[in-house]
Amino acid sequence: MKRHAVWLRANLFATRPQGVLSLTILFLAGWALWSIAGWAVFDATWSGDSRDACSGGGACWAFIAARSRQIIFGFFPQMEIWRGGLAIGLAFGAVLLLWSGKLRPGARLGAVTGLLVLAAWLLSGGFGLPKIGTDLWGGFLLTFVITIAGCLAAFPLGVLLALGRQSQLTVVRILSTCFIEFWRGIPLITVLFMAAVMLPLFFPAGLEADKLVRALAGVALFAAAYIAEVVRGGLQALPRGQYEAAWSLGMGYWQTMILVILPQALRHVIPGLANVVIALFKDTTLVLIIGMFDFLGILHAALSDPAWLGLAMEAYLFAGLVFWIFCFGMSRAARALEHRGRSA
Amino acid sequence: MHRRLDWRAVSWQALTLVAAGLAAWWVLDTLFANLAARGISSGFGFLSDTAGFGISMSLIPYSETSSFGRAFLVGLLNTLLVSGIGILFATLIGFAVGAARLSRNYLAARLAAAYVETLRNVPLLLQIFFWYFAVLAALPRPRGSLAFGDILFLNNRGLYLPAPEANGPYFLLAGAVLAIAAVFLWRRGAGVATLVLSVCAIVPLALISWEIPALRGFNFQGGMVLIPELLALAIALSTYTAAFIAEIVRAGIQSVPAGQVEAGKAIGLSDRDVMWRVVMPQAMRLIVPPLTNQYLNLAKNSSLAAAIAYPDLVSVFAGTALNITGQAVEVITLTMLVYLAISLAIAGMMAIRNRMILAEDGSL
Repeated sequence: MKRHAVWLRANLFATRPQGVLSLTILFLAGWALWSIAGWAVFDATWSGDSRDACSGGGACWAFIAARSRQIIFGFFPQMEIWRGGLAIGLAFGAVLLLWSGKLRPGARLGAVTGLLVLAAWLLSGGFGLPKIGTDLWGGFLLTFVITIAGCLAAFPLGVLLALGRQSQLTVVRILSTCFIEFWRGIPLITVLFMAAVMLPLFFPAGLEADKLVRALAGVALFAAAYIAEVVRGGLQALPRGQYEAAWSLGMGYWQTMILVILPQALRHVIPGLANVVIALFKDTTLVLIIGMFDFLGILHAALSDPAWLGLAMEAYLFAGLVFWIFCFGMSRAARALEHRGRSA
Repeated sequence: MHRRLDWRAVSWQALTLVAAGLAAWWVLDTLFANLAARGISSGFGFLSDTAGFGISMSLIPYSETSSFGRAFLVGLLNTLLVSGIGILFATLIGFAVGAARLSRNYLAARLAAAYVETLRNVPLLLQIFFWYFAVLAALPRPRGSLAFGDILFLNNRGLYLPAPEANGPYFLLAGAVLAIAAVFLWRRGAGVATLVLSVCAIVPLALISWEIPALRGFNFQGGMVLIPELLALAIALSTYTAAFIAEIVRAGIQSVPAGQVEAGKAIGLSDRDVMWRVVMPQAMRLIVPPLTNQYLNLAKNSSLAAAIAYPDLVSVFAGTALNITGQAVEVITLTMLVYLAISLAIAGMMAIRNRMILAEDGSL
């Protein structure tokens, strides 16, 4: 009891102004929490078929519930929903496996690749399954696809660019630097505009890339430049002795990089890489500007349904909560991974 | 390292160069073939053609009969305007929250931490939508405006402010010059002169005649209006970026060794003097480079304006103008070049600053 009193005195009521500040914050935060809880939980409506069901004066979560299938899967055909669900599950599994550190590195990489290929097959179809065009992918599924595929494509390219920027070869260094600085200097939205309206002009006649693939290419190139800068930081942080030791063992450039330098450098930059992934996850929302219906896009579009007008607050708070859980979770997971790497 | 000419290195570089050249040539060749096939003219001649579309907000005279070049300029100025407002408020909020995170008051520190963790883990576009569609759109109509002291009015058409009349800019300029002089003297420690100058600075500001907005019919007339698109974008950009700035400020302040604070206190400096004369000058060295980075991010993020139709560069030029002219390559290239130029200019300035600091340290 005495310990609590001492803590309170030191941290909340050290001086008179501090005490006033503490009480003000307590009062305001309590009042805010109370009114939010009232609106979002106690007075809320949880199920119903239209806006009219929501008469409690609180939040109208019935809207989210009624739209949940679209919010998760977009316009995926009703009959094939199980494939979307299974694919999301497999991808989650792959990410968890990659993060958990179970299995030997080689086996882990193989298993992750297998799971993701399976997920890709389930989503797009072919080989016995009916095909589903990417224009039908949407909702959380699309957000997930863009994040994972974007990361997968961006990571190797980013590492190569980082090596290129550190290269002894002047031409390689200059080209890499220009490439990185170009993508870092422009906003993602101009990249997506480019992918949507300008990229088709660069394909030879007859060859047409899917809109999702074009957007993914833009996202991947954009993310690769940021990954390159993070990895470069890790490369620069390694002591020169590591390079020299590898050379004195007679290793060539690629052997040195793949066996000695990159494993250490990448472990150093886990927090930075996690930040890039989180930023990419948040930035997937931008695809709605070029007319694709990701998680936020589909909620945004649902707001103009005449049966559910005027529910912007509910829709955006729900989307915000989901994004927050994922981003916060990812940053915590990355921190755990970093600590594990340090103790290993 | 390699004294003699390394033929392997040279041939690798030559190969890279040839490959890059071939790829560029192939892409451009396909592009021109496609443009010719679709009958799209190329070149920047369209910039002097008549635009033929209206823009909801413009800092310079613009009408539908103006040229595409003029529309480009309007968009660019709107981008700079919202970036400027965003940077100002992001800095103020960011420094306040960053300092609060280090507060001795437990609740204040937790509140600041909650602010940072909430805002930076939610996509910016979502926050812009939230402010625009959920908050500002829910405001009352002009007749039921929220009034602040009968000079500021907030409703679903925007924020109505008093505007200085024709003589305004001159008095404003005079007041600003005097105020800056006063601040300069105050830093030099000239007390009486500062007081005199400050009073002098208020006089021209007080002489400005203001035009106050008033409700006539269904809407307000007179004064100036900040459209909801600008408000939503500025609020979202500044609160979002502030979360990142707060973390930078916290890291900067924490990087100053505790001995510095103790030394400051030991020679009898007040808490405020320790903060502003000992800690901050040292922290700023670490804060400025990532802070500039955040400013750049904010300017780039202002392009999300396109999602709520605030007439910024991307929305006016890469959106409307592109749809009308169809000249995707020229329009997108020009838009990217603007952002690239801003980024490179600031990066160059930072490099010079770094060199100056290094030179300073070297002379110690």
